[in-house]
Amino acid sequence: MSEERTVTLKIKRQDGPESASYEESFTIPYRQNMNVISALMEIRRNPVNAKGEKTTPVVWEMGCLEEVCGACSMVINGKPRQSCTALIDHLEQPIRLEPMTTFPVVRDLAVDRSRMFDALKKVKAWIPIDGTYDLGPGPRMPENKRQWAYELSKCMTCGVCLEACPNVNSRSEFIGPAAVSQVRLFNAHPTGAMNKEERLEGLMDEGGLANCGNSQNCVQSCPKGIPLTTSIAAMNRATSLQTFKNFFGSDH
Amino acid sequence: MAASRDFVSRKLHSLLGVIPLGLYVTQHLTVNYFATRGPEDFNAAAHFMESLPYRYLLEIFVIFLPLLFHAIYGVFIAFQSKNNVSTYGYLRNWMFYLQRISGVIVLIFVTWHVWQTRIQAAMGAEVNYQMMADILSNPGMMIFYIVGVVGTVFHFANGLWSFFVSWGLTVTPKSQRAMTYVTMVIFVALSFVGIRALFAFV
Repeated sequence: MSEERTVTLKIKRQDGPESASYEESFTIPYRQNMNVISALMEIRRNPVNAKGEKTTPVVWEMGCLEEVCGACSMVINGKPRQSCTALIDHLEQPIRLEPMTTFPVVRDLAVDRSRMFDALKKVKAWIPIDGTYDLGPGPRMPENKRQWAYELSKCMTCGVCLEACPNVNSRSEFIGPAAVSQVRLFNAHPTGAMNKEERLEGLMDEGGLANCGNSQNCVQSCPKGIPLTTSIAAMNRATSLQTFKNFFGSDH
Repeated sequence: MAASRDFVSRKLHSLLGVIPLGLYVTQHLTVNYFATRGPEDFNAAAHFMESLPYRYLLEIFVIFLPLLFHAIYGVFIAFQSKNNVSTYGYLRNWMFYLQRISGVIVLIFVTWHVWQTRIQAAMGAEVNYQMMADILSNPGMMIFYIVGVVGTVFHFANGLWSFFVSWGLTVTPKSQRAMTYVTMVIFVALSFVGIRALFAFV
């Protein structure tokens, strides 16, 4: 080994929500089995850019480090994904890191995913069981249904599907694929189904499900392989039926 | 709670594209196809269409009002999206993009076509084989009409695919894939019908 191996990163940085973005390159020593997060940690330990100038450490978000929390999503070499499972050995260099564009930037690679959590509130993506007395055990869930519902429960609100969606942007109010799939999850649950109309009404509100344009980028991009377009079509069917029920009347 | 305006507009936009507009386009192309049997047959078919009872009501409620809503709301939808086929070059994302491009092409084509035929007819011109033969004798117009017809047929066929998803008819990836094939066959078949009829005028 004549020379020490290095990793080059080109990072799109932004000092604050209102400031202009700029690019900064970093060259850091290579270590075995590095991922993008350990590379960012190396920059944080020694914040010196490729020109040898001292700079501020790059800001990013992270949580679980095992691709279940969704906090560390960013655009890596052009595609949105989690930085914890982006292994340096698998990436073409220089590695380009950018914040996701659908969300407002807080600083550098950290974005504000509030619109996703607002969407979950809008469609009531929970099962209301709190009360003043014990309601007892709920109805049982058939095993075959539990199996596909489990796949939907893997959603970690990471934002990759919204980033890939051409209809989620600053010009539209679309809640995005993640929240739509969560309605299907909670409506599939036997206890959750008791409030299914409320969630469907949420989907039929402004910026709801009908804003989907069927580009199907979401299902191609989801890191957890959630069948998002199946959920969207299933909720299209449910909201279509709900519309007829609302208009013509139904006891079911 | 009533469904939001957003929801109703989108659903109406999807419905009108197929019923009546898609059906009307298919019917129109079928009548055009009479041209392949010669000027007399085409003139007879065109005359039958223009002598239908309560023709103005049919034109207003089957063609012009649905067309106006579909076109105006469609332009709003098209310019709301942020196309990203360069990053996400998947088939359905391309179809999404082409649906928006073809929509704008169809709007330009149909506006011109209505001016050149229906409005001229209202101002006294006779819509017949000779009128179309005169228009299509210009090679530039022929190209414009081929692009317009193929664009319209694509917009209808691919829109039919979206219609099946948007109304929750095709839910599984398998059924959606099957519909991709079905709608592409419709696209090819109607393009053939449309282009062959155009060339019957030269």
